[in-house]
Amino acid sequence: MALHIITGNRLTDGVVVFLAKDGGWTATLAGSRVIENDDELAQMKALADAAAKAAIVVEPYPIDVTRDGDEIRPVRYRERIRAYGPSIHPDFAKQDAAGHFAPGDEQGDDDEPPVFLNGV
Amino acid sequence: MPLLKAGEFVADPWVTVDDGAEIPADVPVIVSQERWLERAKELAGRNAPLGIRLKSHQSPATIAEDLHRFSLVALEFPHFKDGRAYSYARLLRERYGFKGEIRAVGNVLRDQHLFMIRCGFDAFELRDGEQPAEWRKHAEAFSVFYQPATDRRTTVLELRHPKAAE
Amino acid sequence: MYRYDQFDQRLVDERVAQFREQVARRLSGELTEDEFKPLRLMNGVYLQLHAYMLRVSIPYGLLSSKQMRMLAHIARTYDRDYGHFTTRQNIQYNWPKLEDLPDILADLASVEMHAIQTSGNSFRNTTADQYAGVAADEVEDSRVYAEIIRQWSTLHPEFSFLPRKFKIAVTASPKDRTAVWFHDIGVIMRRNEQGEVGFEILAGGGQGRTPMIGKTVGKFVPKKHLLSFLEAIMRVYNMLGRRDNIFKARIKILVHETGIDEFRRLVEEEWARIKDGYLDLPQAEIDRIYAHFQPPAYQKLPHVPPEFEKKRNEDKVFDHWVTVNTAAHKRPGYTIVNLSLKPVGVPPGDMTSAQMDAVADLADRYSFGELRVTHEQNLTFADVRKTDLYALWRELTKLNLATANVGLMGDIICCPGLDYCALANARSIPVAQRISRRFQDLKRQHDIGPLRLKMSGCINACGHHHVGHIGILGVDRKGEEYYQISLGGSADENASIGDILGPAFPSDGVVDAVETLIDTYIDIRANGESFLETYRRVGKEPFKERLYATA
Repeated sequence: MALHIITGNRLTDGVVVFLAKDGGWTATLAGSRVIENDDELAQMKALADAAAKAAIVVEPYPIDVTRDGDEIRPVRYRERIRAYGPSIHPDFAKQDAAGHFAPGDEQGDDDEPPVFLNGV
Repeated sequence: MPLLKAGEFVADPWVTVDDGAEIPADVPVIVSQERWLERAKELAGRNAPLGIRLKSHQSPATIAEDLHRFSLVALEFPHFKDGRAYSYARLLRERYGFKGEIRAVGNVLRDQHLFMIRCGFDAFELRDGEQPAEWRKHAEAFSVFYQPATDRRTTVLELRHPKAAE
Repeated sequence: MYRYDQFDQRLVDERVAQFREQVARRLSGELTEDEFKPLRLMNGVYLQLHAYMLRVSIPYGLLSSKQMRMLAHIARTYDRDYGHFTTRQNIQYNWPKLEDLPDILADLASVEMHAIQTSGNSFRNTTADQYAGVAADEVEDSRVYAEIIRQWSTLHPEFSFLPRKFKIAVTASPKDRTAVWFHDIGVIMRRNEQGEVGFEILAGGGQGRTPMIGKTVGKFVPKKHLLSFLEAIMRVYNMLGRRDNIFKARIKILVHETGIDEFRRLVEEEWARIKDGYLDLPQAEIDRIYAHFQPPAYQKLPHVPPEFEKKRNEDKVFDHWVTVNTAAHKRPGYTIVNLSLKPVGVPPGDMTSAQMDAVADLADRYSFGELRVTHEQNLTFADVRKTDLYALWRELTKLNLATANVGLMGDIICCPGLDYCALANARSIPVAQRISRRFQDLKRQHDIGPLRLKMSGCINACGHHHVGHIGILGVDRKGEEYYQISLGGSADENASIGDILGPAFPSDGVVDAVETLIDTYIDIRANGESFLETYRRVGKEPFKERLYATA
């Protein structure tokens, strides 16, 4: 069963946000509303478009996610980078992704790339 | 659609006639280039003013010799990003000496107003709901002009190096 | 350097006021994103993966120390304390808020800077040689004409909605440091047989999806005709450039599809009608701008100060840095100093606000208060006394800006890639950093010799991978990051486009692949050949064989 969440950028500051369970917008994946069927997807898209018209978010769109217990994870690596932050600047990691960076990888072994612990 | 000229809405006496439709007599009409080419003789013989509407891929060079027949040239912007008509307007004014109305039609943004004026447009077809005051504001957004253009507004170079009095 | 007069200043101030109003209309919802997008792009504001991105224009790469301090202030106050220098001599900020942008632009305007047209389908920053004014082999100071072109191209009413973006570079040295052959219009200052200085004008160069080398449209255009000639090219492009397909909309496609002879004819036909008119460049304006580029108060100094020689003998690390990171200046006793923004572990071209402030102070102390941004994402102090070099080097070392790798393997040119850029298909910086770590041994880099390694995270080629001696392009293959390698590109006066070697490498294989290529070069090079010379002698086969040989 394909799961989705809706994402966009907040208009005022460009921060990546997700449509939340309460209909608002949250910067954390944990707070996002997971969409489980097509009807709900259509409804949530409409809600998101209304938020765009209301000058809250910019160009919202749905993304595929997986759910592992409590953890919601975007499928595409591009969306993981958007959600967790730039892999080269772990200090800019978004709040939600704090556990997903292995700090110090930059100074690590010769060939160790900076890694999202779940493997980006 | 409201017509803006010299910063104000004006009544539009012109009628745009679709290619298939009857061309009314005694009324200023705007026809497409295709229509003009097809019916040139008949249209030229009419008693009322004639206008032509060019699409963005139709350069005015193709009608340069017939320009004296037209009191109006409408230049289309299928999308505001399609900037060909800025060159067309300049050529109409500066190369072919056209003195009639040059009208911007289609997808035009108020933020393009000043650029269009500078290139020789003097009439603008707006979307319903737009206000002349907003368009005027944009025409007045800048008082400094680096490049010489159709409107021959004094450029920065001319201000920096005024020509000595004769 | 050029200083704004009242007109230049008023223009940027009016632009700030206009943008402030446009942002207010956007924040209130009066403007939709579709309506706002072209407006924000005309002010260099992108919406990227994580946030808005602001690209600030640094005209022909030249900065005063005061401007550098303002760039630091902006990074510190409105962003995350750092900035990124680009391959077009601009700076990018990755985290500004939309609501702060009008204030940022106002701050920039207060030091004669702006972000006008650093994005969108119009003229972008006109770039120039980072050694302009001090290179011994230059015909004249190209920055004078870069400034003239900058003004003429700013808010040009006819050419603000071109089929696509438009990039101009100006050079005046036979040794080209501006990639002039890969620009939409390239301007090469030349002297003719009568000793007069004029311009060879090229058109149709570019990278991106279809890299092409520019072609000569005007063999020798006299100075006063510069703007009318450029305007003729632009009018032909504006009217005939393709608008049906975004990937075929650059002028290079028009030149290619029309054929250079016919294109030249069209330009000359248009030019004949507009030259000797109001676009003629008055000598008074050339003189006025030239006056801003007078040489600084150079002292009379010995060519090789004894103290300097002594220090070089005593301190081998200093000596090595001088060899690699400095270049010959036309005045005796002075030298050009390159600051490497490519230390190991730092994204190429990034600088913290603290470094920016410190560099501004160093520019004041050691280089007449000015510095340049290179299109290879480094900085240049153009006028340093040799007697000051040791002290400067010590300071730069403390700031981590003295890695002796300029022009070598470690001096990687790299776009932001998928870590930041919404257009990217793959990350670029992590790979660049791993390559940088693998080759961090400076002795090894020195032995390898001159090597331009350039990386892009997508086909837009902002990292100039087509013109790298080694070029790397990140691609998305079935949802994974892969890297395609090309060899033999060059952005200098012997322009060439790199040859793709073969299938792309996965992320965990690309650094080894690069090492294999370097090892191959070391094995087959002859007589002090550089990597590029070896490649041009032997072609891609030997490299391809080694690279794709099965274990």
